[in-house]
Amino acid sequence: MSTDQRPADALPVVTASHVNRPPARFAGVRRRVMQFFTMPTGVFGAVVLVVVVATAVFAPLIVPSAALDVTRVDGPSLHPPTAGYPLGTDQAGRSVLDLVLWGTRSSLVIGIIATALTVVVGTTIGLVAGHYGGWVERLLMQITDWVIALPGLPLAISLAAVLGQGNTSIIVAIAVTSWTGTARLVRAQTLAVGARSFVERAKALGATDGQVMRRHILPSVVPIVLVTSTLKIADSILSAATLTFLGLGNPMDVSWGSILNSALGQGALTAGAWWYLIPPGVAILIVVLGFTLCGRALETIINPRMGAFR
Amino acid sequence: MIAPATEVGDAAVPPLLEVSDLRVSYGVGSRSVKAVRGVDFMLRSGEALGIAGESGSGKSTLVMSFLRLLPAVATVTGQVRYHGEDILTMNWGRVRAVRWAGASMIFQGAMSALNPVRTIAQQIVEPILLHEKIGARAARARASSLLHDVGLPAARLNAYPHELSGGQRQRVMIAMALACGPDLIIADEPTTALDVMVQAQILQLLKDLAANRSIGLIMISHDLSVLSEVCDRLAVMYAGSICELGPTADVRSDPRHPYSSALLDAFPEIGDPAARRNPHGLPGDPPDATIASAGCSFAPRCPVAMPACATHEIELWPSGPQRLSSCLRVLPEFRDAPDGTGVPREPAESATEGNPVG
Amino acid sequence: MLEVKDLRVTFAGGRSAAPARAVDEVNLALREGEIIALIGESGCGKSTLARALVGLVKPQAGQVIRKGSPLRYSKAALRQHRRSVQLVLQDPAGALNPRHTVYDLVAEGPRLHGLTDDLYQRVCSALNQAGLRPPEQFLARYPHQLSGGQQQRVVIAGALALAPAVLVADEPVSSLDASARGEVLRLLLELRDSLGLSALVVSHDLGLAWNIADRVAVMYLGRIVELGTVEEVLLRPRHPYTKALLSILPGSRSAESLTLLQGEAPDPTAIPAGCRFHPRCPLYSQRHGDARAPWCRERDPGVLPALSELPLAACHFVTPAPADDAVPPLASSVSQ
Repeated sequence: MSTDQRPADALPVVTASHVNRPPARFAGVRRRVMQFFTMPTGVFGAVVLVVVVATAVFAPLIVPSAALDVTRVDGPSLHPPTAGYPLGTDQAGRSVLDLVLWGTRSSLVIGIIATALTVVVGTTIGLVAGHYGGWVERLLMQITDWVIALPGLPLAISLAAVLGQGNTSIIVAIAVTSWTGTARLVRAQTLAVGARSFVERAKALGATDGQVMRRHILPSVVPIVLVTSTLKIADSILSAATLTFLGLGNPMDVSWGSILNSALGQGALTAGAWWYLIPPGVAILIVVLGFTLCGRALETIINPRMGAFR
Repeated sequence: MIAPATEVGDAAVPPLLEVSDLRVSYGVGSRSVKAVRGVDFMLRSGEALGIAGESGSGKSTLVMSFLRLLPAVATVTGQVRYHGEDILTMNWGRVRAVRWAGASMIFQGAMSALNPVRTIAQQIVEPILLHEKIGARAARARASSLLHDVGLPAARLNAYPHELSGGQRQRVMIAMALACGPDLIIADEPTTALDVMVQAQILQLLKDLAANRSIGLIMISHDLSVLSEVCDRLAVMYAGSICELGPTADVRSDPRHPYSSALLDAFPEIGDPAARRNPHGLPGDPPDATIASAGCSFAPRCPVAMPACATHEIELWPSGPQRLSSCLRVLPEFRDAPDGTGVPREPAESATEGNPVG
Repeated sequence: MLEVKDLRVTFAGGRSAAPARAVDEVNLALREGEIIALIGESGCGKSTLARALVGLVKPQAGQVIRKGSPLRYSKAALRQHRRSVQLVLQDPAGALNPRHTVYDLVAEGPRLHGLTDDLYQRVCSALNQAGLRPPEQFLARYPHQLSGGQQQRVVIAGALALAPAVLVADEPVSSLDASARGEVLRLLLELRDSLGLSALVVSHDLGLAWNIADRVAVMYLGRIVELGTVEEVLLRPRHPYTKALLSILPGSRSAESLTLLQGEAPDPTAIPAGCRFHPRCPLYSQRHGDARAPWCRERDPGVLPALSELPLAACHFVTPAPADDAVPPLASSVSQ
C-alpha cells in the first residue's frame, strides 16, 4: 500500500532537530517577511526608505556643517544649477542640494516622533475602549468622534500657534489631530478579537484580563498598528512640512518645510528660482512614496480583509 | 459503462434529472483538486433523493454543478440532463430559464440569502413579476398563498428578515424556491443551522411539499437520519463519488458499504444496547483530493478492508434489489472474505474494469 | 464533586427589554467519574449553566460548590477553580488562536498557572491522552493544518494539561463530521475510565447522551425539567417535553408518536407563569378538563433537587392526584 492513501502517514515527519524540543515560536513572522520580498512595490518602497534613512543618518558626513552656515558660505546668491552646485544655491549662497540632504534629518525625525506619539495615544485609547466597554468606551469614542469632526489642519495650525514656535509644538499638534484613526481601528480589532472564542477559552483556562490582552489581543492588534503607522509616517511628514512651511517650526532648523518657507520668503517664486522650490517638494514626495508603498505591501500581508491573513 | 437495470429510465419519457459521469476538478496539473470523481444517478419527478457525506466529500460541489453555479476555476465534465436536455452545454439564457422556472435551490444560511432591507413580500413577488406576465396584485396573492403553504401567516408578508426567527426565515426561503413552480428543488443542508425542534418542523414541511407537489427533491446533509426523514432514496458520498445508492429503508437497515455503516452508527438509535456507552466513530481523515489513489478510496479507513481493496476499485455495482454499492465485497468472490486477510487469488478480471456486463 | 445549588443567572436587557432569566434556579450535582448530559433547545440556558460552572458567568443567586466549598468570585479563587474545572467549547476552529502552534495552544493553560517545569513533557502527555499520537508530530502545526476532530482533541489536550477533575463540554461535537463525532465522544469516555474525569456535556443531541452519559438533565427555559439516569429518562420519559424531544429524533420517529411542538425556542425574558412549559405542552392542551390543568397555568411545579434516588420530572401530571389545597409536591415517583 502506498503511503499517500494513509493520511496519518502523509503528515510531514518532524525532523530530528525538532524532537524533544518545543517548536520555534514566531515561525509565522518569518513566512510573512518572505512574502514581503515577493512584492516588487513593497521592496521598491523599502529600498527608497533605506536610502532616505541612510541619508538622514550620514548627512553630517556628506554635508560639512560649514556648508549650511550662512556666515561661512561663499556661493553665488540664487544661482541656477551648475557643476559645483547641482541644485543651485539659495539667497545666502548655500547649496540647495546640501540643504535638502540635511533637511532629511529633521523631517524624518519629526515625522517619526509625531507618528509614534499618535500611535501610542490612539492604541491606548482604542484598547481601553474596546476592552472595558461600557461608559468608558462611550466616553472615549464620543471624544474620538469630536476630534474627527474638527478640521485637522486648521486645528493643528492654531494648536502650534498657541504652543509657540518649535518642533515640539509641531509634534504635539500632529499627534493631537491624528490619533483618531488609530484609536478606531484598534478598538474595532480589540472588539473583534475579544468576541472570538479563543479568548473565552483563555479565560476558562484561568487567564486574567491582562494575560488575555498580552497573549491574544495585543498580538493581533500590533501588526495592524505597525502597518497603519508606516502609512501614517507619510501623513505626519506631510503635515510637519506644511506646518513648518507656514512658519510654525523651529526657524533655526533646516527641514524641507522650512526650506520651502524661506524660498517663498526670499522671493524664489518671483525670481523664477525653480531649483530652490522643486527639490524639497520632490524629497517630500519620495519619502511619502516610500512609506506608502511599504505600508501598502505590509497591509496586503497582514490585513485580514485582503485575504492573506492567517 | 452499462447502467445497471435499476437506473434505466422509461425510454419514452426522459427522467427529471439524469446525471452521468459527472466530474468536477479545481485547478490544473498535479495540484488539481478532484472534488467530484464520476457520479451517475437519476431522479424521477416526485422523487426525493438524499445525498449524504462529510465535509469535503464533494456533495455541495456536486449539486452546485447541476445548475452551473460553480466558479469559473472549476472544470466540469459529464452530463446533467434535465428533462433530457444537458444543462452543462446549454446556452446561458436557457440556463437562467431553468434556474428560475425549473429548478431552484435552498441554501443553508437563510439570513445571508435574504435582503435585509426589503420586506418578505417584495422578495417573493419580484422574481414572479420578472418572469411571468401577471399583475402585481396577482403576484402578491401568490406570495401570500406560498407563505400559507410553508406554514407562515400571510401577515408576515410585510415583515423584514430580521423580524423573523431562524425557522421562519428558512420557511421564507422555501416559499421563494417554490415561487415559480419548479419541478426540481435542491436543498443544501436546509436544517443544519436550526434548532432540533425547528429542524423537525422544517423536515416535516419538506416532506409534505415533496409528497404533495410531485417535485423532485435533492437534499444534502451530513446526517443520514435527517435525510431518511424526507427522502425515498439515499446516496452516500465519499471522496467525490457515490459509494452506496439505494432505497432509504434498505440502506438504513442493511447498509452494503462499510462507510454507510459508519455514518449510520455515528448517530445512535436510542435504546440500542450496542451503542450504549459505546460511540462509534471512524478513525482517520478523508483522502487528500489532490492525490489520485489506486484502489478503493475508503480502504485506508475501512474496518473490513481486504488486501485487494488497496489495488482494486469498482464502480457502483448492484448489491440488491434497486441497490448499488462500490464496495468490493458486493462481488460474489469477495462476499465472505475475512477482514484484513483477504483472498489469496487474483480478483476476477471484471473487478478491475469497473462494472462487468450485468 | 461539583455542584450547583439554586443557581440563578440573569442578563440585563437593553434599555426597554426585560432581563433574561437564562438560568432560573437549578440544582445539579456531578459525582466523581460521572458523565452528565445536559440536553435542551438553544436558548434554554444550558450554555450559560456550563459557563457558570466554570466561573465565567457570575450567578445572581445560588452557589457553585466544588468539593464541598462554595466558589467565591475573587481572582485567586477563580483561578484555582478553573484549574480543576475545564471548559471545552463548541467550535474548535474558533477556540484555537490561529496564530499559535499546537504546542503553544496546549501549553497555554500550564503557562497561565505557572506550571512551566517539564512543560514539554506535560504538553506531550496531554496530547497523548487526547489521542494525538505521536505528539511530536503535532507540536509545530497550526490549527488550520488539522482536521476538525484533531482540533477538538487539541482543545481537550489544552484542558487536560492542567490535570482537571471536571470537564465541562459545550456542544463538543456539534460542529464535527459524523466520523469525528464518535471518535471525540469515545475519547471522553476513555478519559473518564483512565483518569476518573467527571464531565458535564451540554448538547441538543439525545443520541450523545445515549452514547456516553450516565445521567441526563433535560433543561427547558432556564430550569431542569427532568433528571435521571440515561435509561430512565430516555427509555421511560415522564416529562412531556422530554417525550416531545424523543419523538422528533430523525430516523427513529414514527408518524403516530410524533409530537411536534409548535413555535421556536422560547424567550427567557418572558417566562410564562405556572409551569413554564404549559403554552407548548401537548399534555396540557389535551387535558383541559383534568383537575390539575389549572395548576399548569398557576402553580410552578417546583425546582428539582440535585440528587435523588428517584427519577424526577417537574410536571404536575407526573405527580399523584392532587389533594385539595396541597402545595404541589415535587414531581417524583418511582419508575415502573
